Amino acid sequence: MAETKSLIGTQNKKGQTYTDPWKMLNEAPRTPSFFTGSEVIKEAIRRASCDIMIAYPITPQSEAAALIGELFAEGYVGDYFRGESEFAVMSQCAGASFGGARVFTTTAGPGTMRAMENFPMWAGARLPIQMIVTCRGINSPLSIQPDTLEISYLLNTGMLVWHAETAQDFFDWILKGFIVSEEPDVHLPLALCCDGFFVTHTKDVVQLTPADMCLPPYDPYRSPVPCMDMECPPVRMMRDPFIMKSNYISYATHASWQQEVWAAVERSRKHTIHWLNGLIDTENTDAEIMIVASGTAVSQGREAIRMLEDEGVRCGLVKVKTLRPWPEEEIREATKHAKHIFVPEFNVTGWLAKEIRATIPDHHRVHAGPHVCGGMTMPPEIIVSEIKTALGMKTFSLAGRGS
Amino acid sequence: MSKERIKISEALYDIMPSDYQDLVKSATYGKDDRGWKDIGTSKELIEQHSLCAGCPESMAFRYIMASLPNPEDTVMVGSTGCTSLVFPMVAVHNIHSLFGNQNAIASGLKRALSVRFPGRIKDVVVLAGDGATVDIGLDMTLQAWFRQEKFTTICFDNELYANTGGQESGFMQKGFVAKMAPLGKQFEKVRLPEIARESGCHYVVQCTVSKPSLIEKVIRNAVHVAREIGPTYLQLYTPCILEIGKNSMEGLQEMRDSEKPTERFAYKEFISEPAKQLLAELAAKEKERKAAAKQLAGQAQA
Repeated sequence: MAETKSLIGTQNKKGQTYTDPWKMLNEAPRTPSFFTGSEVIKEAIRRASCDIMIAYPITPQSEAAALIGELFAEGYVGDYFRGESEFAVMSQCAGASFGGARVFTTTAGPGTMRAMENFPMWAGARLPIQMIVTCRGINSPLSIQPDTLEISYLLNTGMLVWHAETAQDFFDWILKGFIVSEEPDVHLPLALCCDGFFVTHTKDVVQLTPADMCLPPYDPYRSPVPCMDMECPPVRMMRDPFIMKSNYISYATHASWQQEVWAAVERSRKHTIHWLNGLIDTENTDAEIMIVASGTAVSQGREAIRMLEDEGVRCGLVKVKTLRPWPEEEIREATKHAKHIFVPEFNVTGWLAKEIRATIPDHHRVHAGPHVCGGMTMPPEIIVSEIKTALGMKTFSLAGRGS
Repeated sequence: MSKERIKISEALYDIMPSDYQDLVKSATYGKDDRGWKDIGTSKELIEQHSLCAGCPESMAFRYIMASLPNPEDTVMVGSTGCTSLVFPMVAVHNIHSLFGNQNAIASGLKRALSVRFPGRIKDVVVLAGDGATVDIGLDMTLQAWFRQEKFTTICFDNELYANTGGQESGFMQKGFVAKMAPLGKQFEKVRLPEIARESGCHYVVQCTVSKPSLIEKVIRNAVHVAREIGPTYLQLYTPCILEIGKNSMEGLQEMRDSEKPTERFAYKEFISEPAKQLLAELAAKEKERKAAAKQLAGQAQA
């Protein structure tokens, strides 16, 4: 069996020092850098001791996927290639993860949908693959623009699903994501989502950890299921055997395994709270009006709150960081004083509002909106307008047909 | 892995299943000249299976497991279908994930093992049915070959979807009447051996599993070529006796009938130049080894 003792303090072939993750992410000095979201993904992976990255071009993640190819050429990633489709790429990621590698990939929109059959398989097979999802439109007519509808399809796969607001979230969460999803009592894949273009293609100041520090490598022998490398007995071992007989034992076996996957999602809660400093962030939770959002809708909500303050309307904010595990208790607590809860979203169905309605008491308080989709931006003015309309206050008309 | 690793602690010996005890006692992990002749005198790497009585696939499985040159460091990848009913009984690590993605899984797996175990041999062997290989998974089958992924693809060709009840597949003969081909199949059997050659496979064989010695030879060749040079492909006729209306004892005759020179499973072989060279080198080494063993045996006698 491969060596499993701690490598912390030793160097990899690029001269980076394997560093205690907590020290690296919370204590090491940070350097401000002005980067696009795609470049931030590259910088995070440079520090992630990633064994294998598999790429496929689809807007808006193509740049990030290609930049990681450069990292591979420089020797920071063990292996890298372009797969033939997202379905194949996600299966190739699975094969690499079954073989004990730390695996990273990126996808978007229609690619996420094409690959969908793989995701419950990843979760069921307990493969801690990290997948960046740079959300874009999925429906016909074709759109490459930001739209978060695809996230709703990931929510019931058994994967961990986090939704980053900024490039800084991205940098930190990619590294923290490997740590949480590789915990033996979690050992699940992570879909780390962001809103395409808004995060991937805009430049922002991001505080980076030192480039000569990296995460300790993945240890596949801490996995709750055996690694498929013929290094561990017993040898009569299939991943993952059929349970297809038509009898009660088969059903019970399958049922208990599904329950175990979701129990593992729940067990990720404590690790996620530790590393992300809670599943939600809050502001002004004593306010009667709350905005609850995820992704860049949080940034727009924050701006709307500032504008409302200027008009004497006090409003609070909940930033939902993780969608799986779902911060049910946290959202209940943060919204307990609210009379009105607004959920701005970059998709047509309002899946986040539905999740929140299913979570809190007196769900008539939830106003599902405003919604934009298909690549439309969400000016804070429309959030302000939605709130003022609901409160019976005079507001401007977006359509310009008079009020 | 070596056989050392599967040794049982004495304190736990009596509670281990007897088939595991047998594996430790007499399986052929690490034996240089392992092959089909070990069947009957050593513990096979396949335990009971739940295939139909007389299914040629079960014979094929036994020959393949007996012939793998390096089972102690081989990981197999299967797909959905009749083969996946056997894989849980096979004594090498093996993966089932989805239907048709076996060559994609194997691509990632082989690369992971190469990154994690540089300088060590870790063979990857895909074994899937014809639905998985030529229909739903054709894209990934071919792309793995285009990329020159270094693993062996074995297809059990039974010319239909057996596990779901006998539906038309791409490997079915033209005109055969089956479920989902109510008027008879409308197009020719897909010529995957030729496609494999053109797609970059270095060693391609199509045959039936009527002769264990032949299966031993082609498996060893395919694994060695894949390990050293690039992708290899074996298409083995394992008729579904149930769905073609034969009895349990008629599988062998069906294969013998189908492998005649004028029939669709006549032996077919394509070998690239680098693979020919490698196989010649391996054959020379084997000859030397046998000669040395003979000499040693002679000395011992004297």
